[in-house]
Amino acid sequence: MTAPLLSIRGLSIHAPAPGGMTEILRGIDLELQRGSILGLVGESGSGKSTLGLAAMGYTRESLRVSAGEIEFDGVDLLRLSPHQRRSVLGVRAAYVAQSAAASFNPARRLFDQSIEVAVGRTQLGRREAIRRLIDLYARLSLRTPAALGRRYPHTVSGGQLQRAMTAMAMVTQPDLIVFDEPTTALDVTTQIEVLAAIRGVVETSNMAAIYISHDLALVAQMADRIMVLRAGQIVEEADTRQMLRAPREAYTRSIWAANDFRTASKAKLGPEAEPLLDLRAITASYGRSRVLSDVSVAVHAGRTVAVVGESGSGKSTLAKVIAGLLPPSSGTLVFEGHPLAASYRGRSRQQLRRIQLIAQSPDTALNPRQRVRDAIGRPLAFYHGLKGPRLVQRIHELLAELDLDPGRYAERFPGELSGGQKQRVCIARALAAEPSVVVCDEVTSGLDQLVAQDTLKVLDRLQRERGLAYVFITHDLAVVRAIADEVIVMKSGCIVRSGFRDDVLSPPYDPYTELLLSSIPEMDLDWLDRVLARRGGAH
Amino acid sequence: MSHPLSLLTTAPLSARVGMGVVVAYGVLAISAPALAPYGETQIVGVEFATWSAQHWLGTDDLGRDVLSRPLYGARNTIGIALVTTVIAFCVGGVAGLVAGTLRGWVDQVLARLVDVLMAVPSLILSLLMLAILGTSIVSMISIIALIESTRIFRLARALALGIGMFDYVGTARIRGEGLSWIIFREILPNAAAPLIAEFGLRFSFVFLFIATLSFLGLGIQPPAADWGSMVRDDATLIAYGQMSPLIPAGAIALLTLSVNLIVDWLVHQSSGLRN
Repeated sequence: MTAPLLSIRGLSIHAPAPGGMTEILRGIDLELQRGSILGLVGESGSGKSTLGLAAMGYTRESLRVSAGEIEFDGVDLLRLSPHQRRSVLGVRAAYVAQSAAASFNPARRLFDQSIEVAVGRTQLGRREAIRRLIDLYARLSLRTPAALGRRYPHTVSGGQLQRAMTAMAMVTQPDLIVFDEPTTALDVTTQIEVLAAIRGVVETSNMAAIYISHDLALVAQMADRIMVLRAGQIVEEADTRQMLRAPREAYTRSIWAANDFRTASKAKLGPEAEPLLDLRAITASYGRSRVLSDVSVAVHAGRTVAVVGESGSGKSTLAKVIAGLLPPSSGTLVFEGHPLAASYRGRSRQQLRRIQLIAQSPDTALNPRQRVRDAIGRPLAFYHGLKGPRLVQRIHELLAELDLDPGRYAERFPGELSGGQKQRVCIARALAAEPSVVVCDEVTSGLDQLVAQDTLKVLDRLQRERGLAYVFITHDLAVVRAIADEVIVMKSGCIVRSGFRDDVLSPPYDPYTELLLSSIPEMDLDWLDRVLARRGGAH
Repeated sequence: MSHPLSLLTTAPLSARVGMGVVVAYGVLAISAPALAPYGETQIVGVEFATWSAQHWLGTDDLGRDVLSRPLYGARNTIGIALVTTVIAFCVGGVAGLVAGTLRGWVDQVLARLVDVLMAVPSLILSLLMLAILGTSIVSMISIIALIESTRIFRLARALALGIGMFDYVGTARIRGEGLSWIIFREILPNAAAPLIAEFGLRFSFVFLFIATLSFLGLGIQPPAADWGSMVRDDATLIAYGQMSPLIPAGAIALLTLSVNLIVDWLVHQSSGLRN
């Protein structure tokens, strides 16, 4: 067996923290051969990005390598001077970041910034570098490669940018390429194209690659071997096929099972049932561009309506219309049998109280200057007039209901909470109003699989206990499958399909729903191949 | 970010020096009657006396003590600058936050009004308005406060617009909260850090502006002591190698510098930059 391209031995990385150092990685051993792809899996904070960067000999500022060695093609990267390391970084080892849209310089053409490293730090000439780029674009299934390279990043779609970034990383023909969640910011349908392109180009160029993702199903499509990380330590490492068949550790199995959660089906409602919230023929626009056309939705007490679609399909706009933040240009809203004003300004306090919105990003949904108890206490005081000990008692009850220990969390600021905890505080704040309808806008999309699943379970329990109605907005059909009673599939502002979960999510499908459904990564080694084969020449 | 008071303990040396100087100025200004050997306008000796045991820093063109006058001058100059800055912040800050929170026509009317005021060079505008209103401390304070409030309006409006985009403000809106809750409880706490930094900066500018007007003879009127007019009165002495005019000028420079040392640190803190 030849010597591995990359071998990491006993690597530990620390970050300074108040009162000492926090361990980010502990005792990592890793070997990577040319031509193989290693998948790194773990929840956020598990250290997978840090390990991916360390494989190239790079650590983020403020991090410190406290032990171990990183041998890249026979050279210990940690012993190199910063100057020597520059001949490896970006040239022999390259990095593809999560959000290409945020990583490209918006003021320069793709070609110009893509060849910068190649021309500046290798012997490659500009003309030759561009020729290589055009070739790579073609291999990554980008159409009209020569024209694409002359465009500016903002004029190119997210899926194309992510491939352009992969091409940029590969211009210097590196030995190692690190993909850090390259498809997380993309729609499921675009994700497939990018995955197929990346896999194709890596397989044909005899490089080694590290593929980082929180989504096991995705990693399984790309990697030969998978390493599961948790809190900076290796939980398990095995061949992909073997790990899929028989995961050894309980933690790995729990990530596996994260997609299996389902709510119990509820009895179907007859047509005579009076909806709690009824949107009739809603049309809405931002300025001149119409984002919703003729959308009707009926929400019943104790039920979940899931609204699903790609980004730009108008589903978040629907949430804004229900909340009264975007008054529709035509159509009516009826709530509990009474007409509902289009703007939140025209709604009564009781109506506002009974329709609550949980926003997409828990990071921006909580005021960073308000403690948890203030965030939850405000609706209690505002709507129910609670004061003093009764207010405190109710805040504690709500926190306990969401499995947050009141003693530990009531006094914290949002910055001192994890993403999942913040989302629970947002849910508690919505519940404090005692609503009848809760609009959940992508509440799980920023969360890791295990945390997302916990959040869904909490929401399901609360629905059963309190008879809440949910409007659940999501791009993730796996979530829809887990919790929806009724499903509405949206595309470019129109409803393309609606009905009960089992009807919409089982054959016969309409073409768009089928496209969305088949794009959900499955925990199956051959999923990507099958999807690509079935779609044939479509891409 | 942690509590504002706990920040003080983490302040770098430059900010601590700045704070020390500002506190010293405050103490000197407040206790001027106790510290100054002579009265503010008291003529105590011959004109242009040199440094001596009676008059540590000599006397000025009318025979007034050059040590006592800057001490009293501190009260006038700093006190008026502080009052002016506070008024400018209350007017400009509140108007800016209201405009940025309400948007729509309220914002348009206020913002265009501010544009008009900002289109005229501030020195010319203030000279014009002083000519109309007459030179008094009240009119000077109101004019400078009005001019400075336009700058603060812009900052506060931009902050309110930016923070208003966050979901927590939207959540408060659809909860049915009133304007004052949204401004003072949701937006202001998050805009406080840049506004505090701006306060320090504006204070320096107001302070220099008053000194400028006084130097031109339009600010604080004699015989009251203030640093700007003291520089003007004694300016001719420079030609004779006398230090007297440099003392109020140095006092202005040191305070401006110190305030900016504090401001730099606050800006650094509020921008979230590290190292």
